[in-house]
Amino acid sequence: MSLVPANAAAASAPAGSLLEVRNIAKRFGTREVLKGISLQIARGEFLTLLGESGSGKTTLLRLIAGFEQPSSGEIRMNGDRLDTLPPHKRKVNTVFQHYALFPHLNVAENVAYGLRATQAPTVEIPARVADALRMVKMEEYAATRPSKLSGGQQQRIALARALVNRPQLLLLDEPLSALDANLRKQMQGELKQLQRELGITFLFVTHDQDEAMALSDRIALLRDGALEQVDSPRSIYQRPATAYTAQFIGQTNFLRAEVREGMARSGPLQWPVLAVPNGIATFSIRPENIHFFADLANSDNQVRFRAVVRQQIFAGASEQLEIDCAGQSLRVRVSSRAAVSGEHEFAFSPDDAVVVKNG
Amino acid sequence: MYSRAYKAIVSLPPLLWVTLFLLIPYALMFAHSFWLVRDGMILHRWNLQNYAKIFQNPVYLEVLFRSMRIAASVTLLSLVLGYPLAYYMSFQAGVRKDLLYQLVIVPLWVSYLVRGYAWKTILGSQGILNGFLQYLHITNDPVSFFLYSPFAVILMLTHIYTPFVFLPLYASLEHIPRNLIEASQDLGASPRKTFLRVILPLSLPGLLAGTTFAFVLTLGDFLAPLLVGGPSSIMIANIVQSLFGTAYDWPLGSAISFCILLITVSLLFFTERLEKRWSFR
Repeated sequence: MSLVPANAAAASAPAGSLLEVRNIAKRFGTREVLKGISLQIARGEFLTLLGESGSGKTTLLRLIAGFEQPSSGEIRMNGDRLDTLPPHKRKVNTVFQHYALFPHLNVAENVAYGLRATQAPTVEIPARVADALRMVKMEEYAATRPSKLSGGQQQRIALARALVNRPQLLLLDEPLSALDANLRKQMQGELKQLQRELGITFLFVTHDQDEAMALSDRIALLRDGALEQVDSPRSIYQRPATAYTAQFIGQTNFLRAEVREGMARSGPLQWPVLAVPNGIATFSIRPENIHFFADLANSDNQVRFRAVVRQQIFAGASEQLEIDCAGQSLRVRVSSRAAVSGEHEFAFSPDDAVVVKNG
Repeated sequence: MYSRAYKAIVSLPPLLWVTLFLLIPYALMFAHSFWLVRDGMILHRWNLQNYAKIFQNPVYLEVLFRSMRIAASVTLLSLVLGYPLAYYMSFQAGVRKDLLYQLVIVPLWVSYLVRGYAWKTILGSQGILNGFLQYLHITNDPVSFFLYSPFAVILMLTHIYTPFVFLPLYASLEHIPRNLIEASQDLGASPRKTFLRVILPLSLPGLLAGTTFAFVLTLGDFLAPLLVGGPSSIMIANIVQSLFGTAYDWPLGSAISFCILLITVSLLFFTERLEKRWSFR
């Protein structure tokens, strides 16, 4: 289900919105890849399309770039129709997943390609290419063929090539997925910094939730071709709207509870809730929000319960515990400590138990 | 790692084959080209007369140049037909790709001679083409230049060698990663510019291989002139054939053959160097 209803999104375009996706659907044969997506991207925003493979995130990107045609709906940029233009007329550039550098051109020629193709003044080209290469710290490779470069270097050239045209919107299709973990972290930092400095709007596609959290101003979580939730990383993590969001982004515990008159009950646990209707509800509570009661400095309003430690996994800065509270298994993350076992008293704040929609 | 004995055993047959059927015949041919014929006998007397004859008698050079002109025409026409076909099949044909591919391949299974005779029945004065033109009253009398003319030779050889141009071209177009074409469009290049700056340069190795095939194979062809060519389109291979046959002048035939070999080998050498320069993977 979409949490940004199509008509509501179209009606209330916020000021400064650069791109507007209105009720876009895409079918390949009988397969419905996108089911009425509506989304707005603000000028200068870093928005990430996050989802599992097959969720439709790359298809949405390709629709915006112009490599696919929507089955219905429309895309607007600065208020003008974008989806009716051929790709070469769109002021949008793409960083491709496998870089897609031209093998017959050297690095400088690759970067200059967009300037030549769009007939930028010839006198400007060398300087703009040099600027772009300096921006990604690849000046000394200007005369090198792409095949002689490492994956990370190719990635930088792909970025420089896409940015040299000064697009209003940069599309990035899992640009870091082919890099090893360390390089990936480094490139994430550089990418974020570059985006801040240039003020260009980034639409970033990834299946990596940590990457999405680290980079984005907002995350649009896609599931089976529909938007599950669109929100800032903090809100999406702390206030997941659905069970799917809660478990896709980070780890969580689900508690099925019966709500009556402002109190939720799940087995031996019982805590006050605000504005939750009576009936059965699912709550999500993050492992790091459950504490040893003894560790708490301020124990006001805490929900206290006793549970048996079943398993302890050392994870560097933290310990991951598996505890059993009257048959209900819970994951807990606490700071590093000596081995613990047996029954202990645990606690969580009712504020951290977030009611989520099932499904 | 393979043992030395194993390496020797597997490399022996091809070595033997090359020695017996290529090196020795070429060496014999090369030797013959410096001998001479007197009173129907080949005399093993070393001299340069045969090479002098090639340059003194204008017929040989004229025929050689004609052969090269025909080869160039066939190459160009095959390219004009083969490139659009390969391009269409690689980028536009979609599900019809496999069927079209078979349609290009199937004629290669038909004997060269059969295809030659087919052209004879199409182009002859009582042939299908003339019959059709007269039926439509476009012409009143049979058009004679269709058959037994350089036109017929070029037509037939173009028909035969277009698949040889098509196949390497198609392979190189199929190997162009599609995201390069998307990248080009994405960077603002129109379809025309994308073709000129990405597709064409990346298809050059295939284009080169195809044109080399067509040119070299046409240059050595002697059946097409025999079947559909007539006296006005004698090619250099026909002269070689007659010198080794009825004219019985093996030394001169060898000298001409050696000249053709030289042209072909230098062409192959040149194209291979170009191909190395143009391959980017």
